[in-house]
Amino acid sequence: MIEAEGLTKRFGATTVVDDVSFRCEPGTVTGFLGPNGAGKTTTMRMLCGLSRPDGGRAEVLGGPYAQLPNPGRRVGILLDASAQHAGRRGREALAVSAQTMGVDQRRVEGLLDLVGLDKTAARKRVRQYSLGMRQRLGIAHALLGEPQVLILDEPANGLDPPGMRWMREVLRDFADRGGTVLLSSHLLHEVDAVADQLVIIGRGRIAARGSRAELLAGAGTLARARDEAALVAALDAAGFASRSDGDGAVIVNAEPEEVGRAALDGGVALSHLAPSGAAGLEQLFFDLTTGAEQ
Amino acid sequence: MSANAAALDIPLSAHDADRRPSMGRLTAAELRKMVDTRAGFWLQLTVVALTVVVVGAIDIWGAATDQTLAQMLAAAVTPASVLLPIVGILLVSSEWSQRTAPITFVLVPQRTRVLAAKVAASVVLSIVAFVFCLAVAAIGTAVASPEIDGAWSLSAGLLGQSALSLATGVVTGVGFGAALLSSAPAIVLSFVLPLGWAAVGSIHALEPAARWLDGTRSLARLTEHLLSATEWARAGTTWALWLVLPLAIGLWRILRDEIG
Repeated sequence: MIEAEGLTKRFGATTVVDDVSFRCEPGTVTGFLGPNGAGKTTTMRMLCGLSRPDGGRAEVLGGPYAQLPNPGRRVGILLDASAQHAGRRGREALAVSAQTMGVDQRRVEGLLDLVGLDKTAARKRVRQYSLGMRQRLGIAHALLGEPQVLILDEPANGLDPPGMRWMREVLRDFADRGGTVLLSSHLLHEVDAVADQLVIIGRGRIAARGSRAELLAGAGTLARARDEAALVAALDAAGFASRSDGDGAVIVNAEPEEVGRAALDGGVALSHLAPSGAAGLEQLFFDLTTGAEQ
Repeated sequence: MSANAAALDIPLSAHDADRRPSMGRLTAAELRKMVDTRAGFWLQLTVVALTVVVVGAIDIWGAATDQTLAQMLAAAVTPASVLLPIVGILLVSSEWSQRTAPITFVLVPQRTRVLAAKVAASVVLSIVAFVFCLAVAAIGTAVASPEIDGAWSLSAGLLGQSALSLATGVVTGVGFGAALLSSAPAIVLSFVLPLGWAAVGSIHALEPAARWLDGTRSLARLTEHLLSATEWARAGTTWALWLVLPLAIGLWRILRDEIG
């Protein structure tokens, strides 16, 4: 379990994390979404005791992270996959940590296997690793202590599509066995497929929070018409604000039935009418995080 | 299921999960970090090779008076006393230069314990290196067999002082690494500052201060003869400036700073 309550962090005059609160329950995957610089990494660093909050509190497994006696055995963390000693071999990077937290060295081999780093790759120095390989090593590192909680910052960054799919399966499996997962991303589609819950952050503040369905419910309707201008005019006349999705369709903050009625009243023939779905979520994410609509 | 995958099913000790890693375990991990990187490995291999070369050279070209165990040991320790402080520096500074500090401190959130383990590991490394140097020096003396009275004599006190000299040198490296948290400046300054200070200390007016604070004077005696009380006081003052102060600055920075 992870709990952030009113977390706030200032660097000089800038508030980079502003009153951020959320909870991650066991058995669930929480996607922590926001554009680069939104405050995701700083929030995660405060969760694991690397950065001191200026306000609020962060708890992992019922207490401050730094008070866990042997944190590596309870919480797996991947903050920056590229941050590994370039002159150390991949296997050795895991082995040192295993020694620190008192984990059987045989587990290192098992995890290298699990994340798909073969013997040749494990023998190479991290300097020679691609970003994707570093992510795999980082995920193996996070799983080393058989944790109950995973905190992963941009773990999909640098993974190819099969790698991303593999990672989703690992995280889903981890959560299904009762684990708690918090993973961040600046790309909606990376977490959309695996997250049970989304926390969207923009400019340091929580912009939206809830299950995918909950967020989608407010994401509106997607409609198309051959005469887009007429459709927009008809929607205006009915009092619904709309915006173009940039691909010949409009997204309306209303139920499909209301949109259909507005089109009928305006005499516009619709060629498509449906809940906006992922397109709406994408738009919602964009709006919330750019602060265009608050 | 492959053998490796089966390794994931080995039950981990539940006992360990709720206990702090012991200082012994942390020290062992830090010792491992000293040798498991490319830089650390080559530095230490260089120390081993140079020690053998130096002792071999004295065997071949040295005068009989240079071939006593005491003289051999003084020569054998030189490569270690120059190069091992760099290992001490890198042990701390590379955590920042190579950005592994977040990994280290999420595994051990008590930052003071991490620094303490690094100091302890440096002392262990120094002792191992010293024993190695002593063994090489002894072999060198045996090979040369100088026909001098007391060729093998070596007081326990002097032996202890030499080991102390090496160990404090490596811990000083840890201090410089911690105070600067950056490899290149720490290595450069750890060589330049003492030399610069020695040069300044040769100015007549500063000579009294230099006697207490210049390591090239106050600490050089450690390997030469048993120190008098005044000399111990001078060595202690020098350590306060060059070892304790950087370590204290380093500890303060590490505790205060955001990591990563």
